Amino acid sequence: MKNILTIVKKELRRFFSDKRLVITAILPGILIYVVYSVMGGALSDAFGEEEGTVYVVYAENLPDSVEALCSSTDQFEFHEGFDPALVTEQNAHLAIRFSENFDTQIAEGTVPTVEIYYDSTVTESYNAYNLLYTLLSEYESSLSNLFDINPGDTVYDLASEEAMTAEIFAMMLPMLLMMLLFSGCMAVAPESIAGEKERGTIATLLITPIARHELAIGKIVSLSLIALFSGTSSFIGTILSLPKLMGDTAQLDASVYTVTDYAVLLAVILSTVLVMISLIAVLSALAKSVKEAGTIVTPFMVLNMLLGVSAMFGDGAAEGLCWYCIPLYNSVQCMTGVFSFTWSPLQIVLTVAVNLLFAGGMVAVLTRLFSSEKIMFSR
Amino acid sequence: MTLLDNDSGLCYNQDQHKQKEVTRLTNTILTAKDLKKTFRLSKKQQKIEKTGLSEKVAVDGLTFTVNEGEIYGLLGPNGAGKTTTLRMIAALITPDEGEITVAGHSLRDDPAAVRASLGFLTGELKLEEYFTPNYLFDFFAALHGIDPAVAAERKARLFARFGIDRFAEVKVANLSTGMKQKVSLVISIVHDPAIIVFDEPTNGLDVLTARVVTDFLEELKKEGKTILLSTHIFSLVEKLCDRVGILIDGKLAAEGTLAEVCGKRSLEDAFFDLYRDLKGGDSL
Repeated sequence: MKNILTIVKKELRRFFSDKRLVITAILPGILIYVVYSVMGGALSDAFGEEEGTVYVVYAENLPDSVEALCSSTDQFEFHEGFDPALVTEQNAHLAIRFSENFDTQIAEGTVPTVEIYYDSTVTESYNAYNLLYTLLSEYESSLSNLFDINPGDTVYDLASEEAMTAEIFAMMLPMLLMMLLFSGCMAVAPESIAGEKERGTIATLLITPIARHELAIGKIVSLSLIALFSGTSSFIGTILSLPKLMGDTAQLDASVYTVTDYAVLLAVILSTVLVMISLIAVLSALAKSVKEAGTIVTPFMVLNMLLGVSAMFGDGAAEGLCWYCIPLYNSVQCMTGVFSFTWSPLQIVLTVAVNLLFAGGMVAVLTRLFSSEKIMFSR
Repeated sequence: MTLLDNDSGLCYNQDQHKQKEVTRLTNTILTAKDLKKTFRLSKKQQKIEKTGLSEKVAVDGLTFTVNEGEIYGLLGPNGAGKTTTLRMIAALITPDEGEITVAGHSLRDDPAAVRASLGFLTGELKLEEYFTPNYLFDFFAALHGIDPAVAAERKARLFARFGIDRFAEVKVANLSTGMKQKVSLVISIVHDPAIIVFDEPTNGLDVLTARVVTDFLEELKKEGKTILLSTHIFSLVEKLCDRVGILIDGKLAAEGTLAEVCGKRSLEDAFFDLYRDLKGGDSL
């Protein structure tokens, strides 16, 4: 136990006293926050509408009814005349031509026309077109109104804020969590195992009286803590930036989950990190260099990604307990269950137990690999 | 010269050798008996070896002992099996056949106790370059279960002896090659082992650092430490070793004190005479 602690302390010291490594671990979280926020902002800028925007519109034969309709929005500034070139040259947002005697024709039952010229590559022009189109469509509907659907200001969507959060989080977060945790593990395990082999420092450890299983456990525990640190940074970055990415319409509030939900999620994440680290550690021990370890681990990274993506297309967490006996897949199912409020204690206990068992098996394999001269000293 | 019969492992001058053995058995600290180690060769290695064989016998029935307080030199050309022998003794690799006992501990039964009883220094064992000598000493002392107070006293003495104290807080990566070797040396004896195993300790070192290492070996000898030294440098053996074993093609070709092995010749001449006898006149 003392030797395990010595190895854990050494690995943590190696990591936390190297600013570059710490920054590398935290950076993904910061980058995710910045990139998602910028992306959300950019999407909002591209397709959103700046408050108080007034669209310059040149119209020919502008009918009184339409002018009155548009004046209610305070967003249109009408000018007399019709020239589509003004839109092309970005001197106007819209150029409209109404049929002569538009209102009279409607009253007489004939069908007048409206030609609206706009530039879809210019956001304001495109937004002006959409707004005017909506207003005219509503006006047209009101002229031949037969029935109303969802009239008035009543909110007809019965989905609660909790349910909306659950749906979005259950769809996106398992995938993001699995990917971020695996990335965190990938960043540290090959360097610590294959890197030590490559540099010849593992042999220096192996000639001390430390038992091979103590070395294996010490490595896996310390690397799990570091990977968890990196994964937590990425997770916080994701949680904070998700509302910005989803835009104002999505009512996302992570406080809908209880302390129990978070505790269960933490247990699942911890056991998942143990599975990932132990798996990558074993694969890294088989490699002769960090580069080779990366190559060996890559297919498992893709597999992990696919398992994460499966949460986006499934209909909630799996119900059959047998699914919770498959490492990594069980983690995805548990995360989906937690985020969608459908988890059961049995599923969580089974998942954590299976994951711990798997990690224990991997520790045994790693111990054997540390004892194998062919693996440790082959060139 | 005392020649060995490779089949029986006995010396030609059996009476004399047996008499010496009786005396030394009382304080034998390391025994290697009938060691054999075979490596499988990859296709690439087979091409390099040009033997057409898929296996190479690195050590073949090697038997020798090291007595308390002596420096025993394993002398041989590259590929003779010196490093493989030392790796087996350090429990880094397992012999296919044979027994190793260090300070009363059988390698087969208690490899951890064997590792705890010996210090091992080779150019292949590296220190993590991110750490400082100070931290590494404490780390390895902890792995060896050394009391922190004892470790601190030992560290102060050894660091002062090798001039490491001025660089105690400098990362190993920033140390010169010579200073790195000194740190490696100090860390290999952090636990004050019963026997110290040095594999080509002056390889790749500049003359000044090589001298520091040689002086330290002499110092250890004066202190009565037991050392097993592998080298291909004749002068080092002549200067330091009480006994020498000449290893050729994984077999002990000759063993004894320098006087026994060399007679009136230099060690170099004795070695090449022996080499020609075993490998044929035009083998060099």
